[in-house]
This record gives sequence, structure tokens and C-alpha cells, in this order.
Amino acid sequence: MISVASLTPRRGRNVELLLLVIAVGIVVLAYANVEVAARGELPANLLAQTLGLLAIAGTFHLVLRWRASYADPLLLPIVTLLNGLGLVMLHRIDIARGNEFSSGLALRQLTWSALAVGIAIAVLVVLRDHRLLRRYTYSAGLAAVVLLLMPLLPFIGREEFGARIWIRVGSFTFQPGEVAKIALAIFFAGYLVSARDALSVSGKKVLGLILPRAKDLGPILVAWVLSLGILVFQRDLGSSLLFFGLFIAMLYVATERVSWIAIGLALLGVGAYFAYGTFAHLQTRVHLWLDPFAPGQSDQVAKGLMGLAAGGLVGTGLGRGRPTETYVVESDFIFTAFGEELGLIGLFAMILLYALLVQRGLRAAVGVRDGFGKLLATGLAFSIALQCFVVIGGLTRVIPLTGLTTPFLSAGGSSLLANWTIVALLLRISDQARRPLDETPPKVSAEPTEMVRAS
Amino acid sequence: MSELTVTILRLGLLAALWFFVFSIMTVLRSDLYGTRIVTRREARSARQRGAVPAAVGARGAVASPQTANRRGWRAGGKGAPAYLAVTAGPLIGTTLPLREQGTLIGRNPECALVLDDDYASGRHAKIYREGDQWFVEDLGSTNGTFLVSSGSQQRLSAVTPVGPGTTLRFGKTVVELRS
Repeated sequence: MISVASLTPRRGRNVELLLLVIAVGIVVLAYANVEVAARGELPANLLAQTLGLLAIAGTFHLVLRWRASYADPLLLPIVTLLNGLGLVMLHRIDIARGNEFSSGLALRQLTWSALAVGIAIAVLVVLRDHRLLRRYTYSAGLAAVVLLLMPLLPFIGREEFGARIWIRVGSFTFQPGEVAKIALAIFFAGYLVSARDALSVSGKKVLGLILPRAKDLGPILVAWVLSLGILVFQRDLGSSLLFFGLFIAMLYVATERVSWIAIGLALLGVGAYFAYGTFAHLQTRVHLWLDPFAPGQSDQVAKGLMGLAAGGLVGTGLGRGRPTETYVVESDFIFTAFGEELGLIGLFAMILLYALLVQRGLRAAVGVRDGFGKLLATGLAFSIALQCFVVIGGLTRVIPLTGLTTPFLSAGGSSLLANWTIVALLLRISDQARRPLDETPPKVSAEPTEMVRAS
Repeated sequence: MSELTVTILRLGLLAALWFFVFSIMTVLRSDLYGTRIVTRREARSARQRGAVPAAVGARGAVASPQTANRRGWRAGGKGAPAYLAVTAGPLIGTTLPLREQGTLIGRNPECALVLDDDYASGRHAKIYREGDQWFVEDLGSTNGTFLVSSGSQQRLSAVTPVGPGTTLRFGKTVVELRS
């Protein structure tokens, strides 16, 4: 005979502050390491920069104390450390290229980081309850489609590196697909939480798999066509893989049916096979994957691999490697730069940080009490996991190389904005998940019609 | 600065990274929140240990109303049934402490043991204590209450005394009284 008792959760805000200080300390240590290795002396303004970083992280921490006091205490320190390490690496690339700090990548990234933190704070302050997002299920779906189509528009759309995923307004460029990721996660969560009963009713059982009914296959086919459309028209293999994987994962979590994964993988295989036969750029990618050292093609993957090899177990040390040999090392290949300078030991610590980040997201999904929040947290956490897999797998030749940014590390404002917003949403959901029941705000109506409260 | 400083810095950075990862894991371990599974047997034995000194002195005397209520199923002393266990039927595996003021069994939601059994009546039977003896009474059920003893079944026609080990059948549900 057993009974279930609930524990009073700890808020953990002091633990978070301590970990934040450690994270900022590690970033400052890395920065000092770069400067000493490259210039032979500690930077003059080290104290000012330390205080600046502490101020940004501390502001976020205070907002959490104020607005989400039960939020997960580990998310913010992990993200702060990853973002800070990315900044240090960009500064190191600036030094290698002879750029000044004032005109380099690092300052731009720092500006974007501050902006992204500001937006994440705004999300936390404005959005008091993640269940409000469910009201915008279909608006989010529409927004995602519009965002994904924007780069195809004639005047603002822009093609770079063979992929049409940027928009430009004036001198300002943006990658709308990064934000579409969040909108899609909201849409999938809202749609699946109301449709999962229909999707998980039993169908025919074939070879141990319960296959869904034909009429329930509609949404997965729509997602498949959408992601294939991205693949065809924008030539963005990474994003189409990310969106389709996100949908399959959320469908699986919502319905608990393994058959959806089987169907999803089968559809992905069919799509990839036909795309491979049709598109030349995809064949290039696959050849590059199978034989990166063959002459007469891009040496990007080969140089990344050589960078990793040069790093070995403990790395060359920050500022002592030659990561700038690799093309676009500041965005797609920043992880090989870390592998070269921090070695396998450092690289594994960073992969573990990502794993812990994803785990905290999934933990929030397990803890939260409403189905929409569960699905949304799962989707957001899984999108980070899948993106890491696609990027790191591409660099290390597990899968063909696709152009996706490494979350929080790569240079690029849109990626930072999107990922910090994801963290803000996860913090909000984890706050709800850990808050004791008697302190939970009254339930927000998820009904499609408006209800008038008599009060 | 010397090469030694650079080496110390870069190895220190790796050590600091892993220190951070491990401190997060430490927090993770102490941060397990949510629900905790408590074995009720442990809780009961703890309660019994606490109750023994009082019970020894009070044997034969009337226990105070609060204690009697709290430990209602124990008030009959040794040899009295403490709880019932469902050994067959849809609710198999269910156990229920017997209440001194009477345990109602049937399909109605107000019953203590709500049977999910088409052959049972709404208010089927009642198990209660009178003096030091426990009794079972059939409350006019359609299909009757049966006393099962070594293979043979006997339909109850009157209030019957019961004790630990008595097996009763209501519809398709078989219940055993245990001390």
C-alpha cells in the first residue's frame, strides 16, 4: 500500500545567483585566456567588462525573483555561460582576423545579446501565464507560415551561401526561420493538445504498430509538405529537418504512439530520396558528407575536421589554434573552433551543458500540470536538442552538413533573439511547474469563446 | 606573460567548465521536486509504536474518543479484523481499513467500498462492530451475500459474526477480512 505525498519545492534563486557568478567567472577566465595568449597581457578594462556581464545576468536574475520566483534555477546560468563562451570565441576570431573590438563580431554579438536578454525579460514580465499563448494557436501557425515565406518575397528576400533564408530591410538582415521555430512550437502544441484524442484512437494493428486512421494522417502530411517546400524553395536542409523533427517529436509525445515516429521516418526517407535525385545542391552535400577530403569540392568540412583533430584531447588553448582557416567559422562552424581550442574535454563539457539545458526543459514539461504547457515545453526543449544534433552531427559527419546555427554560440542576432525567447518561455513554464498548487494563479480559460467573469 | 601562465589559464578553464557542469549536477540531485511515494505500512508501524504505551495502560478501559476514531480499526483488540482485502472481482487487490461505525459495501458512490460489479446491489452489505465482535449484515441485496468457507458457500439470512480470515462474496467480488 502506497500513498503519494507532494514535496514543497525549493525556489533555488540563491543557487541560481551562485551559479550565475560562477558562469560569469568562467567567461571572464576564458576572455583573460584569449587576451593573454594573443597579446601577452591582461586586458585593461577586464574589471569593467566583468561588471557589465554581471549586470546583464544580474538584471535577468532580479526579474526572475520578481516575476517567476519558482522558475528553474539552472536554465539561466547554463545559457549565460554558453552565450558568454560564444562571445569570447567571436572576440578571439576578431583578433585572428585583425579586427578591432569596436568594429568586430564580438561587439555586434554583445549588442544582440543585450537586446535578446531584454526581449526575454519582456516576455517574462508580459506573459504571466504560458496558457495565454494557447489562445493564439492558429495565429501562431499563420505567423510561422508568413515568417517562413518572407525570404521568398522579391524585394526583402536575400540569398546567401545557396540558401534563401534571410530577409534584408535597409542594412538590417534577419533570419525569420529562427523565430518561426517558436511560432511553430506554439501552433503544434495548441493543435495537438486538442487533437491528440482523435490522433491516438486505435487503428489497425500491423506488425505490433498501431497505425492511425487514414483521415488522421492529414496534419502530418501537411507538415511534411511544408518542410519539403522549405527544402525545395529555400534550399535549407537544416530548417526543414528541424521543423519536421519537431512536429514528429511533439506528435509522439502527444499521442504516445510509436507508429507516428515510424511513419515520420518513412516519410522523411521518401522525401530525402526524391530530393536527392532532383536537387544538385543536395547531392553536393551528400558527397561532401561521404568523402569530405575528395578534391574539387568545398574544403569546409575537411578543415573543420582537421581543426578538431588539431585540438586533440585538451585542445590548443584559446587563442593558440587556427580556427579562422575554416570558412564561416563564426556561425556554422563555431563548434569546431571550440573543439580545436578547448579539445575533446572542453567540447564534451559544452555538449553536456546543452544536454542539461534540454533536460531542464523536459523536466519543466513533466512537472507542469496542463497539456498545452507540457507539449510547448517539450517542443521548445526538443527544438534546441534537434538543432544541436543537426549542427554538431553535420560537423562531425554523422549526418550531411546542413546550415543551422549553434544555439547561443553562433554569431547572428536572429538566432540569439529566438533562443533567449525560448529560454524565457521555458522559465515561465518551469515556474508554473514548480509553484505549489495553492500559489498557482487561477486557471485561464482555454475555451474558444470568451467568458465573462462576475467579479 | 610567460607560457606557463597561458597553460595554467587554459587548463584552469577546462577545469572550471567541468566544475560548473558538476555543480549543476549536484543541484539537480538536490533539486528533485514533485511527489514522493510513501509506503503506508511504514507510516502505520510508526503510528503503532507511538500508540503502544498508551494502549497498554488503557486495556479494558474505554479509549478516549479521539484515539478511538483515529485508530478505529484497532479498537476491537487482538483477534479482530482490521481491514478487508478484495481477492477476486474487478477490484482485486484493493484493501480498505474497517471502520468502527460501519463499512458500507455496494455500488452506490456513498459506500466505503464502491463495487464495480453488475451483480452487486447499490447498498449491498455492511460490516460493523458491536461490543468486541464484528458482524456482517446483508442489506436486502438482490443476489445475496455469501459466506465462503472451504469451497462451500452459504447465503446469509441474518446478521452473522465475522473475524479475521472470514471470506465473503458480494456478486462477483470476494472479500477477505484480515487482522
